[in-house]
This record gives sequence, structure tokens and C-alpha cells, in this order.
Amino acid sequence: MKITREDVLRVAELAHLELTSEEVELYRGQLDEILNYIGKLEELDVSKVEPMTQALFTGDGSSNAGLGAASEHPELRDDTLSPCDVAEAILAQAPDAAKPFFRVPKVIDR
Amino acid sequence: MNSTHSWTIAGIRSALQAKNISAKELTKDFYSQIDRRNPELNAFLALSPDRAYAQAARIDGAIARGGPLPFLAGVPVAIKDVISTSGVRTTCGSKILENYVPPYDATAVERLEGAGAVLLGKTNCDEFAMGSSTENSAYGPVRNPISLERVPGGSSGGSAAAVAAGLAVAALGTDTGGSIRQPGACCGIPAMMPTYGRVSRYGLIAFASSLDRIGPFAGNVADTAAVMAVIAGHDANDSTSAAVPVTDYAAEIEEPIKGLRIGVPEDYFGEGLDEEVRAKVEAGIALLERLGCHRIPLKMPHTDYAIATYYIVATAEASSNLARFDGVRYGLRVPGSTLTEMYRRTRENGFGPEVKRRIMLGTYALSAGYYDAYYLRAQKVRTLIARDFSDAFQKVDALITPTAPTPAFRLGEKTADPLQMYLADIYTVTGSLAGVPGISIPCGKTEAGLPIGLQIFGPQFREGRVVQLANAVEKAGGASL
Repeated sequence: MKITREDVLRVAELAHLELTSEEVELYRGQLDEILNYIGKLEELDVSKVEPMTQALFTGDGSSNAGLGAASEHPELRDDTLSPCDVAEAILAQAPDAAKPFFRVPKVIDR
Repeated sequence: MNSTHSWTIAGIRSALQAKNISAKELTKDFYSQIDRRNPELNAFLALSPDRAYAQAARIDGAIARGGPLPFLAGVPVAIKDVISTSGVRTTCGSKILENYVPPYDATAVERLEGAGAVLLGKTNCDEFAMGSSTENSAYGPVRNPISLERVPGGSSGGSAAAVAAGLAVAALGTDTGGSIRQPGACCGIPAMMPTYGRVSRYGLIAFASSLDRIGPFAGNVADTAAVMAVIAGHDANDSTSAAVPVTDYAAEIEEPIKGLRIGVPEDYFGEGLDEEVRAKVEAGIALLERLGCHRIPLKMPHTDYAIATYYIVATAEASSNLARFDGVRYGLRVPGSTLTEMYRRTRENGFGPEVKRRIMLGTYALSAGYYDAYYLRAQKVRTLIARDFSDAFQKVDALITPTAPTPAFRLGEKTADPLQMYLADIYTVTGSLAGVPGISIPCGKTEAGLPIGLQIFGPQFREGRVVQLANAVEKAGGASL
């Protein structure tokens, strides 16, 4: 068994999930099974392999896996300002807005 | 009244021009068909009649004036509910976005409407596109129109079912590990995943940003290519969209396929492949050979590692992308006495079991002490999988494989076992990880009448070659092999 109950609780806290005790047990078993399966990646020697971080290109502009056509880095856009008049529309979707703010429970006690 | 099933993009165009039907009447016919079929299929989550009829009126106005008609004039389309539509509720199949109404359109939607398409509504999907059966939707599963006790595949099951049932002429789906191609196979229609970066992701609510792609479903390959032609191309609003020019798919589709080298990787025909699927895909390959293609057997040795790689890379990205759903700016909020308590309660109540499972897996893979062992290793194996493709494309023009190991399975058959569900994507995730384009097209049926999908992969940005081969198989009777 790779995954313990404590692992599940630690990860749930990192992910801001408040799991029920049934969920903790369910996910412990399922994550354990999935990670056991994923363990097959250890069969491969990857010591001389570069990680693939982009599907089309790498940061230095070279093609990642020799896949051809798209080896160029997409052009960066000009750093110019343009109007973005969407504050009203965005705040209209908020569960609790006090224009121009999103209101949340108190963060700092004093 | 024409059956809604029989409409094609070209047919709609000539019927509108000949004034055999108006765009308004056509739209109405499709909504009537949706009213009849959607209660049992559950393919649509929201309809947008105001928007659809306004667009139809614009098209009818253009016809009355005798002006030129845009490319997709009057074509009724459906949009997967992870793609933003201004003023039309967009839930991602999740309770956490139950009442979310985007303030803007995705670029792909804007381009479709700009080309004259009529947006009928939003289609059901696995929550945040996570699943292979559409059973992970918070709004109930979609049923396969071919066989109602079976799943339509997933995650874009609503889009696939809508097109297969004649409730839309074309639809947009999204594909992260197979979510367009596998439901296309299950529902017996063409379904295309373009090259990564070929279609703008602007307005697509992110699942795994290095893998997510928007692509079309349609009733035939030519219509699939026609929708691709409209949505493809660079977009300044998506910095990962490619500046590579879009080729002329409508011309490429007609080019002869004689002499093309088709690679058949033995790794896609091993243990776990249903015998009926194997037989029909072999028949599809034989058909291509009769049409003059050269069959090249080859090996893609890292295929067997693709699911393991995918479920680290995709879940890691998802755990990061889905951090934005915290009850602050949009969607559900469950109150708490502190900010953290509010986050935790909102996410616990708003997300369904598969989404939580993937957030947990991704968070674990990225967490201190495990990053190198899982995430970094998976990224390196991803390089090896992509190299399998680039090596193969040194020798062949395209790859032919099954789309999925089995035909559509029964509702409930795999819900208790997440790993079994993940393995439904075993032949599709490879191309997702490598960033290449792929299509699934109908390739015969099982004894029980269930559709089987044949998958064609091409090199990056060679969508034209992919639809060229797909069209040749379709024209030679691939669907009834």
C-alpha cells in the first residue's frame, strides 16, 4: 500500500477539499490502485531524456520532439494597452460582490 | 419537412439558395427534433433559441437581398458545455458552475457564428471534460442514440449524440485524451482532434492546458473538414495558438490517396482489443490498401506507457487549473466562517467524485517529495511517446489504429472502477500527448450493430492529409464494412 490515510488528508488540505470520512477511504484505495498502475513508468530509463513541457515548441525555440512544422516559437504580442471594460459583467457573476470588490469572509483576525 | 438527419452543409446551402427552406424553418425543425429526442438522450443542457433565431433571421435577410451567403450559412450547430458562450449558461457539466453565464464567446464559437452557423445550444459532457462515458456529468448521463442502454462515450458525449441523432448538423467538442474521437467512435460519426494549437483555446474552460483541443463532429468527413476550416487559425487571444498557415482542407480532401504510406503500429493491436473491433479495423486497412496505400508495419514502443503518463500530466495540470473554482469570483459559494473554510466547503460541494479524484491525484503528483518521481518522470516519458510519433512519420504518411479498444459499453459498466474507465482512452491518449492531429471515422459495426471507430493520425498541422484519408475510406463504404 503506497497511499495512507494521512497522505489523503494532506493532499486534500493542499487542494482545499473538505472530504468526508467515506471519501477519504474511497480515494485512498482508488489513488493507491491508480498510482500502482502508474508505477510502470519506473520501468523506463529516462535519465537522458528531456521533459516535454510544450506540445509544439520549447522555450529555446527548438522543436521538442522533432515533430516538424511548428518549431517556431509563436510570436509574442506587442506590449500595448487596450480597453478591457468588463468589470461590471464580471462582478455580475460573483456570489457576493460589493462593487468594485469581491467580498469574502474575514481573512485576518485582530 | 426533411428529416433533420439528412442535412449536410452543402445540402443546406443549396436548399437555402433555392429557397426550398428558410434558415428560420430549418432552425425550427431542429428544435422540434431536439424537443422530441432530448428527454431520452439528455444531449443538450441548455438551448439558445433567441440567439439561433436572430442568426437565422440574418441569414434569411441575406438570402432575400440576394447577397453572398457565408460559408456555414444556416448550419445548425451544438457546442460542448465547457466552451464559453456569451449570455448562454455554461456549466462544464458541474454543479460548481450551475448558474454561470459567460460574459464573452470563445473564439471558435465566434468564428462559427461569423461564418453563419446557427448556435442551437450547449451539450452535456463529463464534468470539466473528465471522463470517457459522459456519466460524470452533474446533470445526468447522455444515452447513445444508437443503443439507449449504452454510453455515447465521453467526455464530449452530448455533442456526439446530438450529431448522431440528427439534433445538429455539426458540433464542437474538446479532446484532452480522446474526448472527441472516442465518443465519435461510440456514436458512429466522424470526429476530429486537430493539432495542438491549431484551434484557439480562448474561451475554453481549461482542464489540461498542454493537451486541451477544440474540434468538430459532423455527419460526414467533408462537413468535419468544413467546420475545421472555419475554426482553425491563429488567435491573438491564445498565445499557444499556432501561427502556421491553415491549408485548404476542401481541396486536400479530394486528392488521390494512391501511394500514401500508412503505418500500422502493432502496439495498438495487442491484449485488450475487442476481436470484432480488430477485425473491422483490419478490414479498414485492407480497404486503404485496395485504394493504393502501402501498409507499413511498425512499432511504437512507448504506447503502453501512455495512460500512466497521461494521468499524471493531465491531472497535475487540472489540479492547477481548477484551483480557480473557489467560490470567490463566479459559480457556487458555500459559506464558511473563514476564507479557507469557504474554499473547502465550496469545492467539496461543487465538484463531483471524478473531478475530486483527479484533483487529488494531480495535487499528489505535484506535491513536495513526489514531483520528480511522478510529474517530471511523466513529462520525460511524454517526450519518448512524442518521439515514437516523429520516428514513425519519418517512414509513413499517416498512422491507422483502432479509436477505442471496445465499442460503446453499457451505462454503469465502468463507473465503479476508475482505472478501467481510463483504459477506454488507451489508443487516443498517445496522440494527445504527442500533439498530433487525429480523426475517428466509422468503420463497420459489431454483430450487435454498435459502431466501430478507425483512427487516423497525421503529422502536426497535416489535418489535410488526415481528412483526405478519412474521406477516401468514407467514400469507399468504410462505415458499412
